[in-house]
Amino acid sequence: MNKISWRNDAYAKVTGKVKFADDIKFPQMLHAIPVYSDFVHAKIKNIDTSAAEKSEGVVRVITVKDVPGVNRWGQIIKDFRIFAEDKIFYNGDVVAIVVAETKALAMQASELVKVDAEVLPSILDPEEAMKPGSLLVHEEHGTNIINQHKVRRGNPKKAFEKCDLILEKEFSTQTIEHAYMEPEVAVCNPRPDGVIEVYAGMQHPFSTRRFTAALLGVPLADIEIVGVPVGGGFGGKDDTIAIVCARTALAAKLTGRPVKMSYTREWSIRESYKRHPYKVYYKMGLTKDGIIKAVETKIIADGGAYCSVTPWVTWRSTVQCCGPYVVENVHCDTYGVYTNNVVTGAMRGFGSPQMNFVIESMIEIASEKLRIPSIEFRKKNMVRQDSITITGQKLDNHKVAMEDVLDVMLKESDYFEKYKKCKTEIKEDEVYGIGLAMSYRGMSLGAEGVDFCAAIINVQADGSILLETGIHENGQGSESAMCLILARELGVKLERIRYRKPSTSNIPDSGTTVASRGTVMGGGATVNAVKELKKIIFEYASSKFECPIDELEIRDDKVFSKNKTAPFEEIIKGMYGERIYPYAFGVFKAPKVTWDEETGQGVAYFSFTYGCQVVELTVNKKTGKVKLLNAYAAHDTGKVANESMTLGQFYGGMAMGTGYALHEEVKSTDGKIKTLNFNSYRIPRATDMPEMKAVLVQNPDPNSPSGAKGIGEPTNELMAPAIANAIYNATGKRFYKLPMKIDVKKELEVLQ
Amino acid sequence: MKLIINKKEYNVPDSYGEKRLTDYIRDELDLTGAKNACQMNACGACAVLLNNEVIKICHVLVKDAEGKEILTIEGMENPDGTLHQLQQAFVDAGAIQCGFCTPGMVLTAHAFLMKNPKPTREQIRKALQGNLCRCTGYQQIIDAVEMASEYYRKN
Ligand code: FES
Ligand code: FES
Repeated sequence: MNKISWRNDAYAKVTGKVKFADDIKFPQMLHAIPVYSDFVHAKIKNIDTSAAEKSEGVVRVITVKDVPGVNRWGQIIKDFRIFAEDKIFYNGDVVAIVVAETKALAMQASELVKVDAEVLPSILDPEEAMKPGSLLVHEEHGTNIINQHKVRRGNPKKAFEKCDLILEKEFSTQTIEHAYMEPEVAVCNPRPDGVIEVYAGMQHPFSTRRFTAALLGVPLADIEIVGVPVGGGFGGKDDTIAIVCARTALAAKLTGRPVKMSYTREWSIRESYKRHPYKVYYKMGLTKDGIIKAVETKIIADGGAYCSVTPWVTWRSTVQCCGPYVVENVHCDTYGVYTNNVVTGAMRGFGSPQMNFVIESMIEIASEKLRIPSIEFRKKNMVRQDSITITGQKLDNHKVAMEDVLDVMLKESDYFEKYKKCKTEIKEDEVYGIGLAMSYRGMSLGAEGVDFCAAIINVQADGSILLETGIHENGQGSESAMCLILARELGVKLERIRYRKPSTSNIPDSGTTVASRGTVMGGGATVNAVKELKKIIFEYASSKFECPIDELEIRDDKVFSKNKTAPFEEIIKGMYGERIYPYAFGVFKAPKVTWDEETGQGVAYFSFTYGCQVVELTVNKKTGKVKLLNAYAAHDTGKVANESMTLGQFYGGMAMGTGYALHEEVKSTDGKIKTLNFNSYRIPRATDMPEMKAVLVQNPDPNSPSGAKGIGEPTNELMAPAIANAIYNATGKRFYKLPMKIDVKKELEVLQ
Repeated sequence: MKLIINKKEYNVPDSYGEKRLTDYIRDELDLTGAKNACQMNACGACAVLLNNEVIKICHVLVKDAEGKEILTIEGMENPDGTLHQLQQAFVDAGAIQCGFCTPGMVLTAHAFLMKNPKPTREQIRKALQGNLCRCTGYQQIIDAVEMASEYYRKN
């Protein structure tokens, strides 16, 4: 195998030696568990913990009364109640935690916590919640609308008048669960020096530290978040695990003993935030020669009981509300809305999977109505080099690879030939369909947030190297990617490099490992740190070799001037001899982006990545069962650091997208989630997935120092529309709702 | 009561008989390779081999494993400490992301390949359908099992 396939943690993981948070224990460790109430929306009158406190093995029962610091926190609006105060806002609100000698004893005691409350009518439909006069979830917010984003471009009203075809459709998507295999677990160890160490798998250690320090009312430096491996994140190990850590740290502080809080799957699904369900009204106006003239859309996202990052998620939906197509007249209104449903927040894709399902369905509906082949129609409208996006951004600072990835996919999947087979029975009762979808995606956070990252390279006296960045290993292999980038950029052997286990006490706040930004940002910081390091090394080497600095280079583990050469470690040793430290700090700040909230215009992202996916499937005419036969994906990945891991991002994203399209749905009754474990919440199995083929189109991104682009999310956002289009091409049945379930009884005519 | 885990005998106090096997080996023996992910026999994260059969031990009691040969991921490496060929194949194929499902996957694949060393990819998929993985989409896991099958054919 000649692909780069290397991970610094592979050995630990394949031998089971790796320690996830739940595998860590400390002497004298206590166990804490959360206590929920039966309510969905209620005014709390009293929380009675007295019986639980007397229960066997219980050390302490903690409620909001015990909070020394700030109980309300959040990354945007500080509305999360870490412990329930005077109201229950959703069924996952935690009224108390029970801390006991064992988990079993804590469970036993938790039954004895009594919550007395007055039931309030629950607000479960975001469209109702938006109406003036609706009962408010958070009275102090004054409205149930968490946020609104807009795009105002051209004049859609006027443009519609001149259109030959106007389509108006409604779409809706479901709530889904991240279903990381590792549920939330936090272990907190109070150190004798007063610092509380926090061990937990998470994506955003710096935010977790803020949540924790706030709850405890202590300075940031008193909390140390120690990096431990994450058993899957997908955007989901951010706010909820931060809250679990904060509660556990409080238990450790109040008892003076190490405490573990290990969530069951049921608690995890009940409490943790989900992917936003969307309702989308979409109106598209076209000319008869196939040009999209205008789009008017209203997007409503159910934000659930707390804000979390709803404004950021819905912002991406707004910026990308027309997909990778140039549209001159756009009017978009996006709303995030409070309800008493489960909280929704960040999840792989981050507001794009919903919109891509809508747009790529609309594209095919429109092209069919206009009798223009859908690929030709896409090519007429898609973004190209120097195109202006719907937010007024000119795509001129990177290669616009939309057509490249589309063409690669058409060829790789043999799309046109196979398209001819659509609707034919390729096996008894199995009708065939092929479907395609494409997108572009703004890279990293964009105008959603402050985008920066730090890296530290510390070369030791013997030439071995310690690297640390502010990017967190989520299981995607980011540590390995950083090491590979360092080896490549510095010109030394990979074997020299160790990734230093990250801690919030070592490196400056580098934001969160989401938005497919790990390799771009961490890699960028690493590259910049290498530049600094080279300056230091070359200054020394130029005096030693007696040559000008610009003659020097490092490659193949050696330092070269025009006519001299020395092994890397010899130069380093010499530097230490003269007390010159080969220690470098690098920062990467994302290029500037701009945004005007009123007009929805601006340079939304510093670069974009382009993707296209194709799915072949069959639909069984008798059972309605959809079977995927093959799936293909082409994405502009930028310069790839670790090919095998990049492929893993493709396949994993495609699988998650398949679940979204066909199987997954968090089902609730009256605001209470019913699908609390893997028996009822069905994620794709090995037998649900087809063989997948990935094509990496590598256009190094000039805006990213390492040349990398983010890939974790783009791969996830196209499966639902590709499958929807394939099902349509197989059966003539168009879905406006996810997940797509073919009800054979109702749909029989279509199928036969 | 005696448990035989990774060829080593453990004397287990009878009072642990009613404990779930996962809790016992994780909490008492510090064999933490078997994971808790659903605790209801629905995901395979806790899968180990009992007499070469894959069993999800979150629903097995300690007393029910008495006298059986238990193989956990900690016993999978070759006697000389190198990775077993199947483990090596997981590494080489890029089949590992977060690694939470990996112990259960490796053991399930091991039991399967011992019985069927010449599987089709479709058969591998079937064999692994009780093991959930949220990261990989299974593609590279299936590659790994396919790659390793040659070793099982020869041995
Ligand atoms: S934890 Fe045992 S099957 Fe999921
Ligand atoms: S590698 Fe993460 S669940 Fe399988």
